[in-house]
Order: sequence, then structure tokens, then C-alpha cells
Amino acid sequence: MKVTFPHMGNAWIVIQALFETLNVDVAVPPPTSKGTLNLGTKLAPESSCLPLKINLGNYIEAAAKGADTIAITGGIGPCRFGYYGEVERQILRDAGYSYEVVILEPPDGSLWGLAKRIRYLAGRHNSWTKILKAMRFAYRKSVALDEVEDMIHAARPRLLEPLAAEKLYSKAKQHLIEASEDKGLEEAVFRVQQSIKEGQAAFRGEKPLRVGVVGEIYTILDPFSSLDVEQQLGNLGVEVNRSIYLSSWVGQHVFQGLAQGYRPLRDYPRLAKPYLPHFVGGHGQETVGAAVQFAREGADGIIQLLPLGCMPEIVASSVLPRIQADYRIPIMTLTVDEHSGRAGVQTRLEAFVDLLERRRNRTLTREDVLNVARE
Amino acid sequence: MLLGNEYYLGVDVGSVSTNLVLLDYEEQVAEALYLRTMGRPMQTIKEGLKQLRAKFPQARIIGVGTTGSARQLAATLLGADVVKNEITAHAVAASRVHPGVQTILEIGGQDSKIICLRDGVVVDFAMNTVCAAGTGSFLDQQAGRLGIPIEQFGPLAIEAQHPVRIAGRCSVFAESDMIHKQQLGHSLEDILAGLCQAMVRNYLNNVGKNKDIRGPILFQGGVAANPGIRKAFEEELGQEIIIPKHFAVMGALGAAYLAQEKLARAQGERTASRFRGLQVVDTEFQASSFDCSGCANHCEVVEILQDQTILARWGDRCGKWSSGKGEQGSVSEVNVR
Repeated sequence: MKVTFPHMGNAWIVIQALFETLNVDVAVPPPTSKGTLNLGTKLAPESSCLPLKINLGNYIEAAAKGADTIAITGGIGPCRFGYYGEVERQILRDAGYSYEVVILEPPDGSLWGLAKRIRYLAGRHNSWTKILKAMRFAYRKSVALDEVEDMIHAARPRLLEPLAAEKLYSKAKQHLIEASEDKGLEEAVFRVQQSIKEGQAAFRGEKPLRVGVVGEIYTILDPFSSLDVEQQLGNLGVEVNRSIYLSSWVGQHVFQGLAQGYRPLRDYPRLAKPYLPHFVGGHGQETVGAAVQFAREGADGIIQLLPLGCMPEIVASSVLPRIQADYRIPIMTLTVDEHSGRAGVQTRLEAFVDLLERRRNRTLTREDVLNVARE
Repeated sequence: MLLGNEYYLGVDVGSVSTNLVLLDYEEQVAEALYLRTMGRPMQTIKEGLKQLRAKFPQARIIGVGTTGSARQLAATLLGADVVKNEITAHAVAASRVHPGVQTILEIGGQDSKIICLRDGVVVDFAMNTVCAAGTGSFLDQQAGRLGIPIEQFGPLAIEAQHPVRIAGRCSVFAESDMIHKQQLGHSLEDILAGLCQAMVRNYLNNVGKNKDIRGPILFQGGVAANPGIRKAFEEELGQEIIIPKHFAVMGALGAAYLAQEKLARAQGERTASRFRGLQVVDTEFQASSFDCSGCANHCEVVEILQDQTILARWGDRCGKWSSGKGEQGSVSEVNVR
């Protein structure tokens, strides 16, 4: 058995660590590329959302590396991701790939069924204690990764050399990939912290603009899908703040809230309540709640990211204009799919950043002064 | 203070048109050119400069701004001082020619946008994303199909007595619906007016969705030449629509203003422009591309060459080529097309 799994940003580092600690043979798909997307687009229904297409491409490329088993999480609730595993199983079978697909979810609500599936992947040679230990270490690795990523978000606008942050980022990732103990994780985080501190000592500019990125989890975690929105914003001199990190999702869904991850998701539904009091599937409520949180924290702007046709996010995006009006904060929605062009995204980001800059630098007009006097 | 022969140049290279504007010392438009890009942006820019040079042989360009989808290319060829996206350029131009403007409707060849300003600052904007139904190319196409020159489209449309209702959600369906209305025997004028209304509805539902449209409203972009569309907007919004004098070249005008702002901001002593001079017209440029095989992304890197020297490269995700690293030497490592 050789296990593979779909890509989602840095998640592969965590999943690989999990399987390797358990001595399970694993084939990480090659990094997602245009070629991956082309492979997936051929097999997937045209109207399916972008992540499904990329997933399929990942599997096909992993098959070439000898993978024969797919591990994917499932979902309960009205988001199409819930049936991804099943749909992917059938599409791959029709296309002639003999993959075993293990969907990590409680079948018909049965936890025993979930346990059996985990046992199947982990094999007989691992005790439950060992499995839990491996899961905990993988979780800590994902927290460390998220910490690094957040530091890079803050460093991009502050490091003078344009590629410096990317270099630090890839070096730190390499350290985290290699780390097999907690000590290694801590060291990696510490090292990138130090380098950033040294690197930005020369920074004398104005405080960078802060933009909150909210939206559908796959698109915000996966730079290939979002056309590097976060990096592009960083290069435009913006500090990015993100609503959902991988470890938060893991904490919420795998550890059922016992662990909270790098950025806890638990406050979002409460913050979303005045605007969206119901669960609408996916992370719709989190998107709205996070937008409220960023607005309250004084972010300069908010960008919502979603794949074309994502229902929960469409619901959220119809609510966002009210937050925009209530908190007087510019919010822009970016929809991505396989037809999205970098140029279009770049134009919108540039225009958005210009808007925020001009808003910040604008001088008081007579009307403003009168408004202040009235208040 | 600018001298009589000193100008700022604004260049807007879009998918359909390439516009050039010369701004004189009184901040007036000395010249505005509207050329068809026809898929050859480099030649078109040079052609534009040639026309400028012929008309203003004494001109000294002291600042250059570029915008539009080929702004980077134009900036490389010309040596621009400012490279800005279309939204900002349009907003700057509009608020300079009409201070107090609160909404800009802009419809070009293949894209359309809406920009909301308050107190001269852009507070919201949107561009058409996945559909080009409400843009100039569509009107062009339909005019061609009806056998009328595009210039007559608007004047005929405002003659209409009873505009017909045409489904405007999608340009393909709009076309079949229009054919259907023709077969029913509606007059050409009524159909044209119906088409204008459909396009305006489509624009307001897609691009203008959720936007707070307040007057004064400026309507710019190539399609503003069409009085039928203007009338349809006025009916739909119940407000007067202002069409600025240089509606077709507002992007280029904005770029020129931005260049002026930037160079003026550098206080006192005027900073020298990076403009490469009007002799650019006689220079040969080549564009080529190759697939970088540095990683799995296989980015298609474009390079602009002048006499075998590389002026600029872009298209890479990692920045290794565009930031000037990986110079000539390593080109051999990649498969040059």
C-alpha cells in the first residue's frame, strides 16, 4: 500500500509527517502546477468547483509515483466537499485508475467505522497510542507552519529585498519538513523569527497597510488556487492577515475543538450572528465572522476569496456589503476558477491597494471637519 | 512651470484600443490619439508615437505614465515613470476633469467597470469578471450583423419609439432573442434601443451589483460615444449622465496626470523622466517567451529585447526572472522556444 492525498497549500508537510511517523509508505503528489490542473479539468465535470479539479490532477500525478490508496477527509453538511471522496472514487475508476479511496469521516455517524478506516491506513503494526501520538506531533507541526506563515505575511512588506521573504519562507519550510521532534519545530520557528528581525531592522517606512483575507478554506490555504494572492499583496506592501489556518481547521474538525490551532475559529459564528445567524455550510459563517473581527481590529481592507460556484461563500458574499457599510471598511470579493488569469487578479489587487492607500493618505476635507463637528 | 513645448505623456494599452494623450503646461489635452491595438501592442505604441512626433516635432516629453492591460509592456518600451492599473487611472482622470464626481461608469472594448468615489477618493469598484456580455465588442458585433456602422448605432437607437425588450443576460441569448424580434417585424431603431437597454440592465446587474450609484455620474470608455447607451443609463438610473470631453481616452489621461503628480511630488527640482525619448519609434524591439523549467510551475516567461539586450522579463511566479536574477547565462538551461 502506498498512500497519497490531495494538496492544499502546506498541508502536505503535515500529512507526510503523520504517515511517516507511522511508517506508512506515502507518495506526496508533485506540487500543483498548470499541468495538474489540466489533467484534473479533463476528468472533472465542468461545473464542479476548482478544488475537485486540482484534487483529481494530484491523484493522477501521484499514481505515476506508485500511489494506490487515497486518504481524504470527508465532511458532513451542505458543502460539496462532503461528497468529494465518493465522486473522486467514481471518476478515477471510470478513467481507469485502480485507486483505493479511504474517506476519513464517520460513515452514517459511526465512530467505530471511522476508527476502522484509520486502522486500515495505519496498519496493524501501530498501536492506538502511537497513532494518537503521531497525530499530536503532526498537529504541532501544522501550528509551527502556521506561525511561520503568519510571520512571513508580516515580513513581506517590511523586508527591503523583494525575494528575501520568499527565501526565508522556503528555508523555514525545509527545516520544518525535516524536523522529527518538537525541538526541531521550535528551532525552525525561532530561526525565521530572528532572520526577520534582523532583516527588517533597516525598515523605516510607514506602517504597512493591513488586509484581512477571508473565504473558502481551500482557496485561501492554497496559493496555486488563489494565484498567490497573499504573496502578491505582500509585494504591493501589504501585511496580510488570514481568517483560517490549517491547524485551526485540524483542531476544530479532527480534535473536535479540544485543540484550537494557531488561529481559533470558535469566535467566528458568534461574531457572524448579527449578519448570518445560521450555519450555511462550508465556512460561510466563518467568513462573515472573520470579516467582522478584522473590521473591529482596524484592518484597512478585507478580501474574500472563493472558487466559482461555492454556495456557502456566495451566501457570505451577499452579506459582506452590510459589514462594509456598518464598519466603513472596503471589502472586495475575488472569484477564482481554472479560467482565472493572473493579470486580472493583479489589476484588481493593485486597484484595491491603491484605494486603501489613497483612503489612508487623504487629507481632511471641509466636509470631514464639519462632520466631526456635528458628531 | 512647464514650458510651451513640454508635455506629459499618458499611454493606455488595452485589449481593443491603444490611447495616447499629451498633457500640456496648462494641464490641457494637447493631443489625444485613439488607435486600434489589433493584437499588436508594440507596433501600435510605436505607431502612436510616430503620429505624435509628426505633429509635435518640437515636443519634449518630461514624464510618462502607462496603464491598461499591457501597461507593463508599454512601460518597458517607453521608460515610464508611473505604471498604474486602469481603475486608478480612470478615477484620477475623472476626478481631475470633474471634481466632485461620485460614480464612474466605464465600458470599454472587452471590459467594463464601475468606480465609486467619495470626496475624490475611490471607495469601491468592480470589474466584469466572467462575462463580456455588456461590453463594446458585443455592440460592435451586433452592429456588424445588422449591417450598420457602429457610429450610427446610437443615433439610430435614440430615434426609437417603442424599444423592444431583449434578454440581456448573455450575449449569445441576446443575439438569438434579437433575431427573433427582427423576425416579428420590429423596426431597426426599436431593436437597437432594446439592445442598449438590455446592455445597461446587464451592466447594472453584474458590474453595478451592490454599488451605491450616486450623482454626479460620469460615463467614459469607448462605448460612451453611443448616445443610445447614455439614454438607457439615464432612464434606468433616473439621473443625468455626464460624458467627459475626452471620454474615450480617460485611462491615458489619468496616466498622464499620475505621471505629473509623481514628478511634481518630488518637490522643487523636477526629477528627470525615465522616458527613453521619441527615437523609441526607430528602435527595434523583439518579444520572445520560454518555459522556465526551474520548478513544477513551468511559468511562461516573456522577455522584451532591444538589440539583443534584455529590457525586461515577466510572467514568472517566483520572481527569479523578473527581478533580474538568472541573467543571460542561465537562459541556456531552459528550453528556448
